[in-house]
Amino acid sequence: MHFDGFILQILLGTLITLKVALCALIFGMVVGLVGASLEFIPNRWLRYLALCIIFIIRGLPELLVLFFIYFGAAAILSNVFGHYVDISAFAAGVIALGLIFGAYASQVFRGAFLAIDAGQVEAGKAMGFSRSQILRRIQLPQAWRHAIPGLGNLWLVLLKDTAIVTLIGLTDMMNQAKIAASTTHQPFTFYLIAAGIYLLITSVSQKVVQVFSLKANRYMHA
Amino acid sequence: MMNLITYWPQLANGLLITLLLMLASVSAGLVLAIFMTLCSYSDKFMLRKSVDVIVFFIRGTPLLVQIFLIYYGVGQFEWIRETSLWFILREPMACAIVALSLNSACYTTILLQGAIQSVPQNEIAACHAIGMPKWLAFRRIIFPRAFRIAIPAYSNEVIMILKGTSLASTITLLDLMGMTQQLIAETYATVPFYLIAAGLYLLLNGVIMVIFKGLMRWSAIPQQSTQ
Repeated sequence: MHFDGFILQILLGTLITLKVALCALIFGMVVGLVGASLEFIPNRWLRYLALCIIFIIRGLPELLVLFFIYFGAAAILSNVFGHYVDISAFAAGVIALGLIFGAYASQVFRGAFLAIDAGQVEAGKAMGFSRSQILRRIQLPQAWRHAIPGLGNLWLVLLKDTAIVTLIGLTDMMNQAKIAASTTHQPFTFYLIAAGIYLLITSVSQKVVQVFSLKANRYMHA
Repeated sequence: MMNLITYWPQLANGLLITLLLMLASVSAGLVLAIFMTLCSYSDKFMLRKSVDVIVFFIRGTPLLVQIFLIYYGVGQFEWIRETSLWFILREPMACAIVALSLNSACYTTILLQGAIQSVPQNEIAACHAIGMPKWLAFRRIIFPRAFRIAIPAYSNEVIMILKGTSLASTITLLDLMGMTQQLIAETYATVPFYLIAAGLYLLLNGVIMVIFKGLMRWSAIPQQSTQ
């Protein structure tokens, strides 16, 4: 039994899983912030469009979004350019998971910005802060505090959703576990190992989110 | 474009399997969740701990891993293959339902626990004061109250299950997602079929939301109108 070799492969796959998750997190944060700011634009129709897109992404299965971006977008681009266009599985995974994360995160950000007392922004204006200064110095630090718990939950969901990128052929942890399972005929052992690694990552993440939350709330009095 | 309509029987079949998966998992998951919530309030330490462990494991791992563990993993054990359980666990449909209902049961348990926590303390105190036994208080006061509190969040959970059913296509089931994949492989009409599937999933979403809106209205405590 080349047990150790398979474990090593699974650990290498774990790195890919983490890479996908982190890239999707960064992309998703940007999408979320943009999505949240879209809801404050004055034009009613643009706002409805943004809300509509967010609603659609939230309502679709993650698998469908992923496949649509990996296979569907490739088909569309191939048609547009007249020759076959290949989208890398990694990019498709990051974009799909990031979009899903962003769609949920935009709601979290929206709630976080609305939770800030309007007097704070007015005070900033009264002090002669510019708009970007108000955003950077007053709104973002406080919104962050309100957003942390929600974002933490979304990060855990994102981590678990990364498992589906294995279905578009990315050699992430699940894929390595699958290879090991089919070679050794011990599917239960290897899928359980994969489950254990996911459990470890999510548990560590929860602790990290707690630290972030403590750090962000350190000025608050109970 | 027009000949896409000729594929509607297959799509309807897929939709039916998705619906079946969802309804089976939602009902089994709810029953299991109520049972697990009751266990988590029992006096037996082991019972409480085991619920915690199961919930921790299921909530910390992806649904895909759980489906694979049940569908591919269980066959590894010789002794399971000899029991009658094997007749169930070698069917992808049964495996998907088991995985989905376990998954939703754990999330719903957390939800119900939270809802029970937020039942006003004075109502529970009132139960004690008029001498209700623990079980009667649970059945008559705490649980109906908790359900009402949990309904909005539970509608999200049901939508999560609907989205989760798409993963059943990975274990050879031809649900809406699986059927879409198959039709695309046959016809190469990638984008149209994905759009149709997306529309159908959104439609199901809408139906779930409407049902829960009705449920909320039906279960709302009658308020005296303040006019």
